[in-house]
This record gives sequence, structure tokens and C-alpha cells, in this order.
Amino acid sequence: MLRFIAGRLALIPLMLLGVSGVVFAMLRLGRGDPALDYLRLSQIPPTDAAIAKARALLGLDRPLVEQYLSWLWDAVRLDFGVSYATRRPVLDEFLYYLPATLQLAAVALLVTLAVSVPLGIWAARHPDKPPDQIVRGIAFIGVSMPNFWLGFLLVMVFSVWLGLLPPLGKGGIEHMLMPVLAVSLMSLSINARMLRTSMLEAGGQRHVLYARLRGLSDRNVTRHHILRNALLPIVTATGMHIGELIGGTLVVENIFGWPGLGRYAVSAIYNRDFPVLQCFVLLMTLIFVLCNLIIDILYAWLDPRIRMFAEGQR
Amino acid sequence: MSMENALPAPVLAAPRRRGVWQVRLAAAIVALLALFIVAAPLIAPHDPDLVDLAAKLQGPSAAHWLGTDHLGRDMLARLIYATRISLGSVAIILLLVLALGIIVGGASGFIGGRFDRIVMRFCDVFLTFPTFVLAMFMIGVLGIGMANVIVAVVLSHWAWYARIVRGLVLSMRERDYIAAAEIAGAGRMRIFIEHIMPGVLAQLVVLATLDIGHMMMHVAGLSFLGLGVAAPTPEWGVMINDARQFVWTQPLLVLWPGMMILISVMAFNRLGDALRDRLDPAFRIEHC
Repeated sequence: MLRFIAGRLALIPLMLLGVSGVVFAMLRLGRGDPALDYLRLSQIPPTDAAIAKARALLGLDRPLVEQYLSWLWDAVRLDFGVSYATRRPVLDEFLYYLPATLQLAAVALLVTLAVSVPLGIWAARHPDKPPDQIVRGIAFIGVSMPNFWLGFLLVMVFSVWLGLLPPLGKGGIEHMLMPVLAVSLMSLSINARMLRTSMLEAGGQRHVLYARLRGLSDRNVTRHHILRNALLPIVTATGMHIGELIGGTLVVENIFGWPGLGRYAVSAIYNRDFPVLQCFVLLMTLIFVLCNLIIDILYAWLDPRIRMFAEGQR
Repeated sequence: MSMENALPAPVLAAPRRRGVWQVRLAAAIVALLALFIVAAPLIAPHDPDLVDLAAKLQGPSAAHWLGTDHLGRDMLARLIYATRISLGSVAIILLLVLALGIIVGGASGFIGGRFDRIVMRFCDVFLTFPTFVLAMFMIGVLGIGMANVIVAVVLSHWAWYARIVRGLVLSMRERDYIAAAEIAGAGRMRIFIEHIMPGVLAQLVVLATLDIGHMMMHVAGLSFLGLGVAAPTPEWGVMINDARQFVWTQPLLVLWPGMMILISVMAFNRLGDALRDRLDPAFRIEHC
């Protein structure tokens, strides 16, 4: 197990190196000239002298490889420079907004798992009966519902009509209910449907029949012989859901006035604030990679077959 | 518990006859949306950009079936015209993603060896990013606009398709009829185009249909954030954003465009499911 974890950890710097290459290439190949954007946001008239000065300041006059290496060295030390728009260190601003986003995404992930697993089990234990039909119905609508529109629907029902929940802001649980539901419904639906399918598949296998023939109780069979196998695809899918949940959070934050990275990133896009954009993409990717590392480890821990296969390859 | 769910029938393999009407309805909806794209000027009851401040924020009426927005523009006309951009962009994205996936993934799987390894590492790098974050970053670099949204979504999704195509090509290559074609003296290019690609394409179409809804959500989400079309142009995501200040007073304005997204995504998902049940690529991939 330790060897497996070490192997995965060793891959991460390589992945991030590739990521940094793509990000740097995008920054340089993008149509805008960073020097011009810098001058525009600093409200300095773009004369030739000012452009040359800004280029020297931003290091744009050096060879590309040298630029990349010094940029990479800064990124490794988490030094992303100052925002063109606010003139404050980008990392400080990013870390100021990050916790709210992580909080929303993490709660959404917990809700996704906590709701989808019982729903999936419920549906799979009554295939083609009303519980199954209800769950499949919810899941079908859930995967087709745009998260930001769902956010507005919830505001209409719970804030405008019923006056139960606050439509904006961050505070107690009542502020979280609607954003979390809006972010998690899609992943929740996909998960529930997937668990149902994989439980029905696992339930048809011989070891399950054998367990039943041994006279084990239905609950015992479901829990130990079906669910354990059926949960594996869910663990893999969770890795993908995390990416979607982060994306969903960034959008939904804009509806509920949630003080996270969503609005910060959108204003950076409007301002073409390159230091903010690169910090945003690099650190969000780092977080995403670390989440997936945890899931890989969890997966290997749950399924010895994966662990042995990965170790056998080395 | 009774024995009735002791051993559920192999649900996956059984052909699903139920829900044929759902598939027909989904196909009809997709056909209608296609009609909106092709013939919006003929179908739309009004000019979508015609501002009439005297008639602003009206509810549904005989003149304006779905009411008017905050500038007095006809909602129905705007919803119909919006199909062009909301769905048209997804069609372009899908074509580009498929083309990139087939070229890169196909070459990678067919040529194999070191080339394959390098290309796949390159894909892995793109798969490392969270897609929506990567798309936002790219729009930030390229600038705001629908064309850049298309580029950003293509660049953040193509690697998935390259991976899938490669996998399909690899599994096809092992088939007996490919060996037969080789023995018969067919050239490599000919084997690739005439014997491998048709099978790959059939399965790819299913996956792409299932992915249309997902792509639509990404595009609508980005354009809801104001990163897509510019002001007067109608687009579903932007229309929801425009209407957000009227959630309290005129909630229908938020409802309509969202319904359009929901219904189209549902229709494409249902069609994709039906296609998959017919062709069952997952089943075939696993068992060949």
C-alpha cells in the first residue's frame, strides 16, 4: 500500500510540470499582449516607451525558455506576482476567497455521496418497482438540469414564494442549503443511477447466488457481497465529479452572492488579469490533482486487485 | 425480503422495449430544435431584437405568447433565435472535438509504439485540469466571446475523446477481420479508413450524443457568467442572466430559457440512451 502511494505521489510533480507547460503556452500564445493589458489596468497611456518599460518589468523581452523557467520558479514558490487590477499579491487574494469555495464544494461532495448511495441502493433493491422508477425519474431530470437555473428555481420557491431561506450571502446552514443542492444535484443523479446499475450487475454474479444459497440474510448479502463491489465504480466516478462540483460551485456562487473564487475569477477574466488567471488555474488544478490522489488511494485500499496490478507493473 | 429480488434478471442485456414514446418525443424535440436553427426568421413571431419599452415585462398574451423581457422584446422570438447560438455552438464544438479526437486518438492507437506513448502523455496533461476551470482560464487568456467559448470548451474536452478513440481503435485492431484484411494485402491507410474507422465511428456517435447535454451545460454556464455572446444577441444562458434581477417580479423570464435548456438536454440524453441500448458499445468494448 505504501509503495502504491509513493508511486502515485512521484507522478504528481510530472503531471504538474505538464500542466505548467500548457498554462505558460496558453498565456504566451493568447492573443492579448500582457504588457498592453498591464498598462490599461494601470491607466498608463500605451506609448512606445511605456510599452517597452512594461515589457522589461514583466520580463517579456527575455528569451521564451528563460521566461518559462523563471515563471515556473515563481509558481513553485507560489509567487504569482501582484494583480494588475488591485495591485495586491495574487496569492493573498486567492487564499482569501478559496475557503468559501472549498467549503461549498466539499459540502456538495458530502451531500452527493450521502444522498446518492441510499437512493441507488433503494432503487436497486426494487428494480422496476416504484422506488426504482422514482429514483430513475429524479436522476433523469437531475442530469439534465443546468445548475445555475436550478439555483434560481430554488430561490423562486424557497425565498420568493415561501420566504423560508435567505437568497443571498454566507452564514449559517440556511445560507448553504440552496447553493449546495444546486451544485450537487447533477453529480448526485449520475451517482445514484450508476450505483443502481452496478448493484444490479453485481447482484447477478455467482458469488452472490452462493451467498444467498448459504442462507445469508438479504441485508447481509446486499451489504457485504453486492454493495462492496458495486461501490467501486462510484469511487472512480467521484474523481470526475470533483471537477464538475468545482465548476458548478464557481457558477452557482454568482447566484447566491457566495463570497468565493467564482466572482473573483470572472472579474479577472473581464479585466484580463493574467497573474490572477494563472494563479487560479494552477492552484485549482493542484487541488483537483490532490483530491484525485486521495480517491486513487481510497480505491486501491478498497480493491486489492488494483493495488496488486499497479505494484506488479513496476 | 422475498425471493423476488434475489437474483434480478440481467437488466443490462435485456432490450428495453418500454419508453418508445419517450424516444419518439425526444426525436421530435430535436427535430423541432433543428428547425428553429434553420428557419428561425420564418418561425419567430417577432423580431427578437426589437425594443419596445412601452410593452416591457409583460406576462403572456395573445400578441406575446411568452411575454416580453425588460426591454419589451418578445420572449418566444428570442428563445427561438437563441437556439441558433446555444445549440449551434454545441454542434460546432462537437464536430471539432470529434475531429481532433479521431485524428489524434486514431493516429495514436493505430501507429502505436513511442508515438502513442508521447501523445497519450500529452492527453494526460489536458486531463489533469478540472475542465470548467481550464475553460474559464482559456477564455480569460483569449478574451470574452462566443468563438472563444467554443475554442475553450473544445480544448478542455478533446483529450477525453482522443483517449476514447484510441481505446476503440486498439480494440478494433485485434479483430480477426483486420488480420484477414492484412493477409489479403490491404494497405495500412486502407485498413484504417475502411475497416477500423466505421466501427469506431458508430460507437463514437453514441458517446457524442450522450455528451451533447453535458456540453450544452458547459456552454450555457460559461455564457451565463457573461463570457459568451455580447448584449443584444439572444442565448439561453445569457437570457437567464439578464432576467436574474426580475426573479422577484417576473420569474417567468428566468423560467423560459431554463426550460429550453432542460428540455433540449433531456431530449438529447434520452436519444443517447436509446442509441446506446441499440448499439451497446460499452458491452462490446468490454467483451471484445
